[in-house]
Amino acid sequence: MASHSESIIREPLITGKNITYAQITNEVLAPVENKPNMAWWIGFVLSVIGASIWLFSISWTFWYGIGEWGLNKTVGWAWDITGFVWWVGIGHAGTLISAVLLIFRQNWRNSINRSAEAMTIFAVICAATYIFGHMGRVWLAYWTLPLPNQFGSLWVNWNSALMMDVFAISTYFSVSLVFWYTGLLPDIASIRDRATGLRRRIYSIMSFGWTGSVKTWQRFETVSLILAGISTPLVLSVHTIVSFDFATSLEPGWHTTIFPPYFVAGAIFSGFAMVQTLLLIARKVLGLENYITMFHIESMNKIILLTGSVVGVAYITEFFIAWYSGVEYEQYAFINRSTGPYWWAYWSMMTCNVITPQLFWFKKIRINIPLSWILSIIVNIGMWFERFVIIVTSLHRDFLPSSWVMFYPTWTDVGIFVGSIGFFFVMFLLFLRVLPSVAMAEVKLLVKTSSEQAKKKLIDEGHLDPTHVDDYVKALEKYDSVDLTQYHKA
Amino acid sequence: MSSTKFILGCFEDPDQMMDGITKLQKNSIPIYDVYTPMPIHGIEAKLGVKESRLGYAAFCFGCLGATVVFSIVYYTLVHDWPMNIGGKPHFAMPDFVPFTFEWTILFTAFGMVATFFAATHLFPGRAPRVMDLRATDDRFVIAVDAKGNIPHDDITRLLEEAGAVEVKHNKRKYVSYDE
Repeated sequence: MASHSESIIREPLITGKNITYAQITNEVLAPVENKPNMAWWIGFVLSVIGASIWLFSISWTFWYGIGEWGLNKTVGWAWDITGFVWWVGIGHAGTLISAVLLIFRQNWRNSINRSAEAMTIFAVICAATYIFGHMGRVWLAYWTLPLPNQFGSLWVNWNSALMMDVFAISTYFSVSLVFWYTGLLPDIASIRDRATGLRRRIYSIMSFGWTGSVKTWQRFETVSLILAGISTPLVLSVHTIVSFDFATSLEPGWHTTIFPPYFVAGAIFSGFAMVQTLLLIARKVLGLENYITMFHIESMNKIILLTGSVVGVAYITEFFIAWYSGVEYEQYAFINRSTGPYWWAYWSMMTCNVITPQLFWFKKIRINIPLSWILSIIVNIGMWFERFVIIVTSLHRDFLPSSWVMFYPTWTDVGIFVGSIGFFFVMFLLFLRVLPSVAMAEVKLLVKTSSEQAKKKLIDEGHLDPTHVDDYVKALEKYDSVDLTQYHKA
Repeated sequence: MSSTKFILGCFEDPDQMMDGITKLQKNSIPIYDVYTPMPIHGIEAKLGVKESRLGYAAFCFGCLGATVVFSIVYYTLVHDWPMNIGGKPHFAMPDFVPFTFEWTILFTAFGMVATFFAATHLFPGRAPRVMDLRATDDRFVIAVDAKGNIPHDDITRLLEEAGAVEVKHNKRKYVSYDE
């Protein structure tokens, strides 16, 4: 039942006084039901400009072919696959938050899962554009399907990691979409029942006729739990398979068994950084400080610290194993990475991914919003460099020194990458306007247990251990949304 | 004979709503359904709603997905057009694992959600069978079929005693969405 109270030593997940169910609906739906503010318009216009650059660059690629990219016969794979892996990785945090944290019953996921899942979907869409971009002749995309010889090829090569990628990414995208949309149904119904006229009609169609009856909720919860259960291994498989693209090759620097776990950790790392980048802004602009609290921010920073450290250990292990293997090509690949012509990329990666996230050991930094935001951007940059380093430095020095080259991106490469960020933000900003950015139904579940007001009530009732109360009040100090005076007057 | 079709007890607190259910049940008044803006844990047991069998559906769809894709890969790679790649065996099962895994997940997810939608009658364009518009916002609504459950005043009193902020005597079952 909803009425059991949670231990006082747990920090609250919703802050504010006298939060009612109606207030949650009002506050979460405010951006959906009102006209956008100036900040949104500025962001949207900038994103549309970015998306236009993307559209132009990708059209240019399709028209003239991938010869327009900066690739050469030695470096046959560069910014395209870098961008792809970067985006897929970013997507991972959404599934991690919605699935893994659901299985572990981490209730703090309730207020961030919706926007994180949206981010996943948009990031995977951006990644998918790279797959199609890669094909060059995008109109032959159906060749990735298992079609027989009459279509001009043999059956697809099931032994190829790229084929596995097609299956992994398409499954990941569609399952994430189903998970996200199923979760949206009750909230879309809330919008529907408050709207009038055409808006009501549109949201009515989108709500699938949701009523919130007992049986519907029961099935809904079963579906959510099973989807979470299958999405957890799915999300781990996706970046594992992405890493197969490299690990199953014989290229020095790629041919390593550490890649799957190392890629997954990196993906969660970059994904949480992107969630942080988006939500720190969104909570301010949308006024969601009471739902996305300092506890959420600090928890995400802790995950960034953990996964950043895992990635750091992976980098060092990789280096050690290159030496320990005794394979001179492998050894050369790593020495070249760190001291060769791409040393700056390697050390940017090391700095942004391994060194600066260690600052999160300090609580002062974990709960500092501007610093957290800057560090999250740095992680995003670092993770882009990680993929660039892995891909380009392994390729650019071939076995034949006469083939040794550098990679220089063309404007098309840059346009596709920068533009895809714009494209991503167009989708995300539109999402904030038309769908609730916080899962209302799930947040409402927390009002009577994990909210500041519920805990205040327990304190006022006075049956609690005073040392626990002191600890709790101390923990509240970090919150920027809590008025502490009410606790100190007693 | 009154023209009331449904009596709705609207609560603003889920625990009071649970009390309302208890009170109605003690007085042998059958509950038609309960509409809430969020899932209420423990309500199924109280109302005697059977456990969902969607898990079994999910399992079956998962098995189907695994079988389908394994068969496709086997047919193409081993049976229809075996390729000699360095003399390695055609039936290289480890290579099948990622595909089998992905489609197990894919079929489980889509099959289960489709079953959920079909069983619950959820589909785009379905006219919402909603009794009170605030049941998706901030009201926890117990619906009692008025027909045969008389006297209505007793039901109203029971609901109010449990803490209902409003008891509605509705002349039509569902809210009209076509105004």
